[in-house]
This record gives sequence, structure tokens and C-alpha cells, in this order.
Amino acid sequence: MLSNKERKFLEDTARRLRERIVEVTYSCGGTHIGGAMSQHELLIALYYKYLNIDPTNPRWPNRDRFVLSKGHGGIGHAVILADKGFFDTALLDDFNKTGSPFGMHLDWQTVPGVDVSTGSLGHGLPLALGMALGGRQQGLDYHVYCVMSDGELQEGSIWEAAMAASQFKVTNLTAFVDRNKFSLDGPTESIMALEPLDKKFEAFGWLVLSIDGHDFDQICEAVETAQAEKEKPVIIIADTIKGKGIDFMENQAAWHYAGVDAAMRDKALESIRKMK
Amino acid sequence: MAQGLTWTVEDADSMTQAEIYGEVLTQIGQQNEKVVALTADLAKSTKIGRFGEKIPERFYNFGIAEANMIAVASGMAETGLIPVVSTFATFASMRAAEFVRTDLCYQKRNVKIIATHSGTSFGTAGTTHHCIEDLSIMRTFPGMTVIAPADAYETARAVSAAIEMEGPVYIRIGRGFEPPLHKSMDFDFEIGKAIELREGTDVTVIATGVTVLHAVEAADRARQQGVSVRVLDMHTIKPLDVEAVVRAVQDTRRIITVEDHSTIGGLGTAVADAIAASGKGCAFAKLGYQDEYSIVGYPEDLLHIYKLDADGILETIGLVLKQDFEQDENWEDEI
Repeated sequence: MLSNKERKFLEDTARRLRERIVEVTYSCGGTHIGGAMSQHELLIALYYKYLNIDPTNPRWPNRDRFVLSKGHGGIGHAVILADKGFFDTALLDDFNKTGSPFGMHLDWQTVPGVDVSTGSLGHGLPLALGMALGGRQQGLDYHVYCVMSDGELQEGSIWEAAMAASQFKVTNLTAFVDRNKFSLDGPTESIMALEPLDKKFEAFGWLVLSIDGHDFDQICEAVETAQAEKEKPVIIIADTIKGKGIDFMENQAAWHYAGVDAAMRDKALESIRKMK
Repeated sequence: MAQGLTWTVEDADSMTQAEIYGEVLTQIGQQNEKVVALTADLAKSTKIGRFGEKIPERFYNFGIAEANMIAVASGMAETGLIPVVSTFATFASMRAAEFVRTDLCYQKRNVKIIATHSGTSFGTAGTTHHCIEDLSIMRTFPGMTVIAPADAYETARAVSAAIEMEGPVYIRIGRGFEPPLHKSMDFDFEIGKAIELREGTDVTVIATGVTVLHAVEAADRARQQGVSVRVLDMHTIKPLDVEAVVRAVQDTRRIITVEDHSTIGGLGTAVADAIAASGKGCAFAKLGYQDEYSIVGYPEDLLHIYKLDADGILETIGLVLKQDFEQDENWEDEI
């Protein structure tokens, strides 16, 4: 269980970096801010408590791997990588600009700390599976974490990877679903229903943990259960809110990709600062 | 070239093209523990299963799921392994095309694809199992090296060379029962360099893959009729040996391309690009599937029907010899 001090550290870090995401969104004209907010606590927990990585050695062979299969969440990922020291945070001023190392979807070849280039949905879980198998093949003991969006679970390749992960008992792979219940065109359940999601993954041979994706205690307990699990790959279905933390953005498909002017930025920051 | 290959010419006579590559890959795998082999339920058909028998701990069967397999290979390559992936050409190049492009080429991953049953070599299986589009598609991906070896020996050399180079490689072969072109493994093979199999001055046939043997036969028959035919084995489609093409244009002024592939986007198109860029005029004809899918048939019959065998090539040589491509012998007015 988290100590009060640990929990406060994670919550403070989450709040601080939410503000940074808003600032970059304001300065670069637009980002996938809705999804960056829903995935946020999952990434904060991983990067600030669990990932065995070294910002001075981004390709260290025995490092833990992180795959943001929902690659459009890259703005949220980049802000964390900068804060961890993989690169100078000032570089984020160029986010999405011509010639910038940062496009909407982070490229491992231009952004230190990124393991694989994602963006096309449905690729991340197979890529993560490959890195997990590669580590095991070579007797390395690192863990691979993969955060997917819920919408991307409509892609068949995700289920191919799910079958294979179970077949090969890939227990050094832990996946998450940022279940914010929206994709671009609207609610997932109206467009191409995913429920019952937990039963689907159970049927594919995974151990399924369902949590509140914004509760650090639940996130951490789930991650530690996943790390200890020795029989099945683990998927953590995180119930989240698109746009979480910014009251006028929450639960709306329209904030999937958007910009904010100075007034909206200020309102967004005010809303975030009210978070616990 | 890999050291210590223990099989001989005698073995090669009794091994199919696919079995030879399977054997070579196994031997490379035994020498290099970074090599892993992946298949999509086609271990037996593609002969990568030979690797699986000898080195089971580095063999993965992902079942009938090619897209996942390619992305997994990309992830494995990130960790320093050298994945060799084998399945049928149609599934490797089209079913999984976006994964090849985005996870291998864009991300510069060191994965080697051995695509079998390419062209119409799977004959009676019909169009769903043919692949006359793969050279075109794979050529379009930046960073991809594309090779169509002429026979078992070239396949072995190509697999070996592919593993020695860095970056994604696509090697396409037939079904594995095609007769050999070379007499042994002893010949110069370099990715990107065409092999001149016959010297000639009247016309050049640039062939690739299983049609090379037929091009040689056509050239030898033409010689008996007093026509001097140069034959280039253009095993590497990308990077194309542009220098060899331009030299052939300058020396013979008549070019015919042959491939077990569509005439759109493959060897013929790549050669046409090179000819056009050179600014030099010449007569030019492409042999391949002329924007059509083939009928069902035994592969040797299909090659004949679609004019990709020696008869078809010889007929085209005759047609091209009659073509007038420029008014005079003056090269000064070329670009």
C-alpha cells in the first residue's frame, strides 16, 4: 500500500505535469489533450515508481520498456520524459512544429526515452510482446508495460497479440487499457461496442484487473500484482475520464484533439490546481 | 558468406530451393545466437521448420496471424535479436504490409523476411495464394532491400548476405521446386549488383527470380539464330544496379525485362525508371503479368501462357529486334 508521502508525491507530480501539458497545448496550437489527461495517472505511476530506466542511458539493454500503444498520447509521454531528464524540457516549445523532433506521435529515432514508434493503433501490443519475448529469449529480466486506448481494441492485431501473449505465457508483459470510453467519433459503445471487455481478455487467457485509473493506490496495487503474476499475462483495465482534471473537457469526444487560447488555458490550469 | 556450410552440390540436387534456404538459415542460426526464426503456421511449407527442428528454443510459430508476427519481429529486433520471418509472399507483403512499412522500414528494424510461393509459383492454389504485387509494394518502402534470387544457391547467398547487413530485407522465392541456375555456391554474389550470365550486343534481357533460368535458355536459343543476347540476373530489385542497366542501354539499345510479377511497379518499372533517367533512347518491353491475375494452372504452364518462359522471351526478342527506336545512330542528340 502507498504511504501518504508516496501518494502525495505521485499526486503532486501528476498535477504539475498536467499543467505542463496544458502549457504545451497552448503554445503549439493543439494536442491530443483529452487522452493525455485520461492516461496520465497510469504513466505517472509507471515512470515515478516502477520503471527501471536510466535517463542518461536511454537504450540500456536491460531496461524496462514502455510502449504507448495509443501513440497519440505522445504529448503526455513527452512531458514526463522531459521531466525525468531524457531531454531538455525547453525542446517541447517546438512540439508539432516543422522539423521538430516531436510530432503528435513520438518517434524513437528522434526522442530519447521512447522505445518504439507508435501512432497507428493496434501495433503497440505486438511490439511490446516482441520486446518481452526478446528479453526472455536473451535471459534478460526486464518488464514491458504497454498502455492501449480502448478504441484501439477494435483493431484485430491487438487480439492476435493477446492470443500469442497467452500462448507463450509472456508474464514479463503487463498491458493497460485507458478505458475512457470515447474515440474520435463518439462513445466506443455506440460505434463498435467493446463490452464485456474483461470477459474478452479472460477468454484470451489473461489475468484481468479492473481499477479506477485515476486512483494511485489502485494503480500501484494492480501493477504489483502484475509483476508478481507468473502464469498469465496481465491486463489492467483502467476506468478513466477523457480530459480528466479539466472540468470543461471531461467526458467529451470533442476534446480528443484540440487547442486552447489564453483564457481557456487559464481556466484549465485553475481546474487542475483544484485536483487533490 | 557464412562459414562452415557442410552440405554439398550433391545434397543441393536433392534439396528443393526452399529446403536449401532452410538448411543455410539453420547453419547461420547455429553460428549466430542472435538469429531467431518466426513463422505463421507455415513452418513446413516454407521450410523454416528445419530451423525449428534443430534450434527449437529460437523458433516461434505465431499461428495464422501475420500482422502480429511482423510487429513482434520488430520488437524482438529492438532488443538486439535478428528475426528471420517466413510466410507466403501474399501474406508477408500485403496482409501485413502496413506492419512491414511502419514497424520495420520506418523504424529501421533489422528483420529479414523470406517470402515464399511468390509470383504464380503456387499455381493451382489460385490467385488468393499468388503474389504478383510484392516487388512493387516492397520497393516503395524507404529503407527496404528487395531481392528475388534466381535459384536455391542464390537464395542461400541472399539469406546469408541479408543477415550480414543492417536493416530490413525482403527476399522472395518460388515454391522451392524450381531447377537450379548455378552449378554451386561458388559465384560472386553481392546485394545490388546484377550478374551478367551471358554477354551480348543485340539485345539485353534483364530477368529476376525464377524467370532468369528461362532468360538464359532463350538467349542460348537466340544465339543459334545469330542473335547476340546479353542476360542480366537482376536479383536485387532495390537497390537496382542502375549502372548495369545504363551500360546495357548503351551497348545493346534494346531491353526486355522479365519477372514472375505484374508489369506494374516491379523490375520492369524499376528498369524503365533507370532508362528514362539516363536520357538515352532504346527499345523497351516488359514481360510479366500485364495487369491481370492468372488462371489456375501448374506454374510451368503459367509461365508459358503468360510468356515468361524461354518461348515467350524468345518471341519478345524477335519483336523487339524489329522495333525502330530512333532515326539514326547519333548519340550526340540524346540528353
